[in-house]
Amino acid sequence: LVVISDPHIKIDPDYSVYAKAKEQGFFVRSPEGRNFEGICWPGLSSYLDFTNPKVREWYSGLFAFSVYQGSTDILFVWNDMNEPSVFRGPELTIQKNAIHHGNWEHRDLHNIYGFYQQMATAEGLIQRSKGKERPFVLTRSFFAGSQKYGAVWTGDNTADWSYLKISIPMLLTLSITGISFCGADVGGFIGNPEAELLVRWYQAGAYQPFFRGHATMNTKRREPWLFGEEHTRLIREAIRERYALLPYWYSLFYHAHMASKPVMRPLWVEFPDELETFGIEDEYMLGSALLVHPVTEPKATMVDVFLPGSNEVWYDSKTFAHWEGGCAVKIPVALDTIPVFQRGGSVVPTKTTTGKSTGWMTNAPYGLRVALSSKGSAVGELYLDDGHSFQYLHQKQFLHRKFSFCSGALINSCADERGQYPSRCVVERILVLGLRKKPSSVTTHSSDGKDQPVTFTYCTKTSTLSLEKLSLNIGADWKVHIN
Amino acid sequence: MADSVPVPPLLPRPSWRHRAVVPGARRATGSDASQALPLSFCCRHRGCWARGARWILTFAPVSSWGHGASPRSLLPFTERGSALRASGEMWLLLLLPLCWAVEVKRPRGVSLTNHHFYDESKPFTCLDGSATIPFDQVNDDYCDCKDGSDEPGTAACPNGSFHCTNAGYKPLYIPSSRVNDGICDCCDGTDEYNSGIVCENTCKEKGRKERESLQQMAEVTREGFHLKKILIEEWKKAREEKQNKLTELQAGKKSLEDEVEMLRTVKEEAEKPEKEAKELHQKMWEEQQAASKAQKEQELAADAFQELDDDMDGMVSVAELQTHPELDTDGDGALSEGEAQAFLGGDTQTNAASFYDRVWAAIRDKYRSEALPTDLPESSAPDLTEPKEEQPPVLSPRTEEEGEEEEETEEEEEEEEEDDAEEAPPPLVPPQPASPVEDDKMPPYDEQTKALIDAAQEARNKFEEAERSLKDMEESIRNLEQEISFDFGPSGEFAYLYSQCYELATNEYVYRLCPFKLVSQKPKLGGSPTNLGTWGSWAGPDHDKFSAMRYEQGTGCWQGPNRSTTVRLVCGKDTVVTSTTEPSRCEYLMELMTPAACPEPPPELPAESDHDEL
Repeated sequence: LVVISDPHIKIDPDYSVYAKAKEQGFFVRSPEGRNFEGICWPGLSSYLDFTNPKVREWYSGLFAFSVYQGSTDILFVWNDMNEPSVFRGPELTIQKNAIHHGNWEHRDLHNIYGFYQQMATAEGLIQRSKGKERPFVLTRSFFAGSQKYGAVWTGDNTADWSYLKISIPMLLTLSITGISFCGADVGGFIGNPEAELLVRWYQAGAYQPFFRGHATMNTKRREPWLFGEEHTRLIREAIRERYALLPYWYSLFYHAHMASKPVMRPLWVEFPDELETFGIEDEYMLGSALLVHPVTEPKATMVDVFLPGSNEVWYDSKTFAHWEGGCAVKIPVALDTIPVFQRGGSVVPTKTTTGKSTGWMTNAPYGLRVALSSKGSAVGELYLDDGHSFQYLHQKQFLHRKFSFCSGALINSCADERGQYPSRCVVERILVLGLRKKPSSVTTHSSDGKDQPVTFTYCTKTSTLSLEKLSLNIGADWKVHIN
Repeated sequence: MADSVPVPPLLPRPSWRHRAVVPGARRATGSDASQALPLSFCCRHRGCWARGARWILTFAPVSSWGHGASPRSLLPFTERGSALRASGEMWLLLLLPLCWAVEVKRPRGVSLTNHHFYDESKPFTCLDGSATIPFDQVNDDYCDCKDGSDEPGTAACPNGSFHCTNAGYKPLYIPSSRVNDGICDCCDGTDEYNSGIVCENTCKEKGRKERESLQQMAEVTREGFHLKKILIEEWKKAREEKQNKLTELQAGKKSLEDEVEMLRTVKEEAEKPEKEAKELHQKMWEEQQAASKAQKEQELAADAFQELDDDMDGMVSVAELQTHPELDTDGDGALSEGEAQAFLGGDTQTNAASFYDRVWAAIRDKYRSEALPTDLPESSAPDLTEPKEEQPPVLSPRTEEEGEEEEETEEEEEEEEEDDAEEAPPPLVPPQPASPVEDDKMPPYDEQTKALIDAAQEARNKFEEAERSLKDMEESIRNLEQEISFDFGPSGEFAYLYSQCYELATNEYVYRLCPFKLVSQKPKLGGSPTNLGTWGSWAGPDHDKFSAMRYEQGTGCWQGPNRSTTVRLVCGKDTVVTSTTEPSRCEYLMELMTPAACPEPPPELPAESDHDEL
């Protein structure tokens, strides 16, 4: 459950939050020294001065279970209108000469105001769990460093193909400024998307970091099941693809968290020597392994995809067809096509079963999609923890595994000895793309020395080896030999 | 809500824990059992799975109730349901002593109709033919078939379906993702066999309720259909009557049109002399007015001349004019010699005749008589073209004897004395126009003109009356034509709703449906009604067009579409609005119960029809 908490507080002496903030002088002031008053959702309101550490501390405390009556431990927060938005104000925000803590004028810190609200909210959520649980705070206003406190979305977009298209450069910009957890409202906030646009938007959004359908209350209903069975199926499939890829996403976010590596990357981040990539903004890399080119045109039957890297091999993530890198290819698309390509030399972890929630999927088995480079090798990794607490940090309860494929052997080894996390999950399915010859046999070797032959299927047409019904523990060292 | 990648919300994990152990269990049986799961755990689950999870046994084919065409099973029995089995058997025997029963063994989640696809002794071929797998991989919690058909009893396949027999009620397919998810989806509870949730078997109760409501519905349909037939007959008759009426009206229309034309001519004939006589009268009066006005001016001028001619020499001189400083033209408060001379056209004096001709017009508005009180400026001032600007609006009409100042003070005094003096004009009454003297009113028409006017008026009245009747008649014709040609359903069964209105009160609003006209919503606490749409069209699906009505182009929504309403028609004995909702913003859905929507009930089945199926 995510509830909205905005920076404007309704002026109402009977509203305890207002009364307390007023009493303590916690509002932004007008140049004359009175509390600034502006109109927002509840009507005439005053605005908490989040630049004041005391205000932040007090605001954080409002999320405590004892204060926030009726709230439960699945409650998270969304800070909206925190530019701050003032209806009918000059430039729709607080006047420039309004006074903040330390006598700073609003003009001096307008851009960082929302950042401080998100900071206080995130701190409040951490405190309410007594430091145990990670916060989730979505914000519309942000500043350098906002990634530390939560997610950002691009605000009120429109249900129009052009807005779907620009969501990609917008999110790439956010991503390289450090804000990895970013997204655009799927379907468009304003207006009513036609079925095709909605499907394409779900498909694009499924491959963007923050994935959320959202619309103003003035639009028509647009739940995925309201556009006919076929469209419902296509939307369901897009969502399922995202959920199957969550282990890969989660590992990317681990690196965003640890080393500020963007999750969604312009091509030039991965291919800095290739000038052709510099101007490309209709496709991007997810991590270093996946290239995504969402369809953003109505009635598209074909997209032009640039596959960079002259030494690279790229595999279509569905058909497993492959291309040499360094060229533009025309990819035929139907309404169910999301053009996604896996880079040769990578291993992408997936879930083989998707369910109704990430919680439901906790113990679902894994799959590994090994895409071989031209040299016949591949590497990848998986980061895993309980998904919600700080135990990964304080108790080192995490798993960080490395997968490497070399000389016909896939090895699962430990990437970070500090972490330990008991997982019942098994790797159930392994796909090896680009294996040129059908193997004679496949065996698994566990660390206790037991070898087991594995049945396999090999598809000559796509050079794909498929191992199914494996039961290799995700957290254990093992090898799979392909002879 | 938010996307859940980096911080998945803490959702309950209803079933995975249970589901995930099953592959381990299967593999343990297939390999040499050195898997990670604790032994006791494995054993328990192997047991469950082998006896309970994978198979169910049913008696078939037995149908307990209903009109279903296919035989259905009645009694699944599982490990935990053995008690049920015993009692069920007894029930079966008591109720249907003539029926036979066999055990049908089939994998969990497979329907009886499909059971022959799942033959334990052969490899299983996916129902879509996509693969053939060893039979022990059916329901082993691993999805092998693209169509999900190998895992009907587990949640392994994303597109699988689980079949509940729901003996005593209706069989049901549920998405297999709902198997063991902690929620009882099947009334027989068979979908939760390994989630720790105990589902009560509610099929019998549901079946009883369903039967009751079906029976009730059948009753309603029967009676409703009977009423519908009456409605159809009534409309047939009414339509015929209306048709006759229409023919009659159409026939009468021509003669009424002729009459209107005739009366129009009569009217125009009578209006001609009337107009001439009235114009003549008006003209005469205006001439008279002008003459009397001129005469008054002359009298005023003569009076003024006399007043000004202080030395009575029959001439008004510059000096005599200068005794009236109010005539000042340059605003210095005094009439200088030059100014006075200018009035006299450069002369030093003027006689009475040229005073009236040349001087009076220039000074009359300013001139103040020396005689006090005087009625001159007041009574003569109303020049027809000039408004009385100088009169402050708060003043009450003044009497002729009073000067301005006196009047004001007197009025203030009156106010102070409180307002009880009856004659005292009430304060703040807007001034009435200076009371017109008798001559201002046009004298009444003479007898001859009056007669002409009366005659013309009578002709007008007759014409207008006839024209009104014609309009009424045309309106009736239009209404009848519209009603007769309206699409009131295949046999006109909905015609009776025309010109009726039905209301439904909710907490906040009263909704009003006037079929074939409009839908509105009126706040209970006062306020004007909002139009939720006017009649658009029948809006049911192609095969059942008359099952819904559409009302469109209602009041616009703020930043949204125009309001519209779909009215769903459902079979019932009475005509009543049963519900209104707003499933999408400004799009309303209303349900109207009406016998006209009742389908023809199926011929009544013989009482023992169920048995015949067997």
